[in-house]
Amino acid sequence: MIPISLIQSTAEDLMDKAAIEIPQDYLDGLQRAARTEDGDLSAFVLKAMLENYAAAKEDRRAMCGDTGVPRWFVKMGNDATVEGGMIALEAALRRATANATNGVPLRPNRVHPLWRTDHDNNVGIGAPEIEYGFEPEGEWIDLITVHKGGLFGTDYRMLFPSDGIQGIKRFYLDSLMAFGKRGLACQPAIIGIGLGGSKDICMTLGKRASTLRVVGSRNSDPRIAEMEDEFKELGNSIGMGAMGFVGKNMVIDCNIEVGYCHTGGMPMSVHAFCLSSRRAVARIFPDGRVEHRTDPDWFTDYQRRETIDWEPVREAAE
Amino acid sequence: MSAPREVRLSTTPTNEAIADLRLGDVVYLDGLMYTAREGVYMRALEEKANIPMELPGQSAANFHCSPAARINADGSFDMGAVTATASFRFAKWLPEWIAKTGAKLIVGKGGMTSKDYKEYFVPNGAVYLSTVGYGTGALLGRGVENVEAVHWNEELGLAQAMWVIKCNKMGPFIVASDMNGECLFERENAKIAQNVARVYEGTKPAVLKRYGESDDRTDEVI
Repeated sequence: MIPISLIQSTAEDLMDKAAIEIPQDYLDGLQRAARTEDGDLSAFVLKAMLENYAAAKEDRRAMCGDTGVPRWFVKMGNDATVEGGMIALEAALRRATANATNGVPLRPNRVHPLWRTDHDNNVGIGAPEIEYGFEPEGEWIDLITVHKGGLFGTDYRMLFPSDGIQGIKRFYLDSLMAFGKRGLACQPAIIGIGLGGSKDICMTLGKRASTLRVVGSRNSDPRIAEMEDEFKELGNSIGMGAMGFVGKNMVIDCNIEVGYCHTGGMPMSVHAFCLSSRRAVARIFPDGRVEHRTDPDWFTDYQRRETIDWEPVREAAE
Repeated sequence: MSAPREVRLSTTPTNEAIADLRLGDVVYLDGLMYTAREGVYMRALEEKANIPMELPGQSAANFHCSPAARINADGSFDMGAVTATASFRFAKWLPEWIAKTGAKLIVGKGGMTSKDYKEYFVPNGAVYLSTVGYGTGALLGRGVENVEAVHWNEELGLAQAMWVIKCNKMGPFIVASDMNGECLFERENAKIAQNVARVYEGTKPAVLKRYGESDDRTDEVI
């Protein structure tokens, strides 16, 4: 049984880390970009961003004044149990979100869409989002927080099989052009692409591809992995850099996730994470151990399974 | 590759100092700056509430910003990171705001159009400064020497309230408009547009069009 107090205190630590510490994989990617950038203004912007990450860590202040909209991904091993059950877990995550908003401090971004009422704590109807995933084995629970910017850098389109790969490329480029002008989506970023599913799942896949996979990771399907390399290169060939200035770095990495869709369609979504790719992860064990990391490791073979049943023994033997 | 020119600028700048700014200059600010976005504009301009500062005497710098900040139990403030929010959404209120408050520096994210600059920035002697990144929130936070006041917090909430901050070499910001009404972002977009056709080679428009769709990649987004 995992103690609820440990879940809340760990969640508060994660809120703090996500807002303040740039994940190493993204930092490495941005440093590589800064070394290759030759647009005057773009290069200045990347240099300023690198100084900003250092300042944030040194001062223990948030990297960006827009601290995004905090959300949670919870993944549990099949044998995990939580003190008080899942209702207690949700209350702990909501409390941690509110406490950290006041504590770090974060910007209280969440308001009612119509009445604009503000609890000043990032908690409200449907906020923070809490999404779940499961793995076949383990007594642990993974808490993942992502604070993605909320306004720019997301689009969806229903494509059709006859659009083909060239149609996918077209919508990808259209999206990057629209996101990138004036830098509204805060590039260079990790770009996530969702292909397939129904509309909502297509969006979810793309969002998770941008926020729950690290720079340098590749899809386990080698043909999709090749597309990821090609799309990264394509996005960096537009000639647009940071803030929409002339430059050669728009995409720090491109991650693609797929789901089965209607036979007549090929829905596609594109998502840009941002220059402050806020994510933090911890695995909590029933004996009280907490292991922090920055890779959510969300897309396991189990998450991408195609079969009716999951047969771990057979999978392991292959 | 040349490094941009660096300029220190007062938040109550002289007309000469404004006229000297060039597109792409990097600016650091000194003096009082206030945040104002849709909440403040609606309250001051539509509801005709009295603006709780003397403008532009105290400050001619309007920051499109909600800080990551808190008000402590003893009434003091803690401000962590500070970054701008996208300005194009405020074009509806800015002409009246600039005329009423004498703002000379509009500080935000993404800039406005050259049409905006020519119509009501230039005639009022105002320029646009863009934050950098975006998201140099920690660096800008270091430039906040003191939080002098927060107005209309009760009415508007922390994110929309009018924060008054004292800047000490706060920056970097980039000059995104000038006294000719030229727009840095439009200049960059025009350069990028020249090469875009090459990247699109071989791709084809989607079989199903979307209502109101533009295929003109030189179009502005705001």
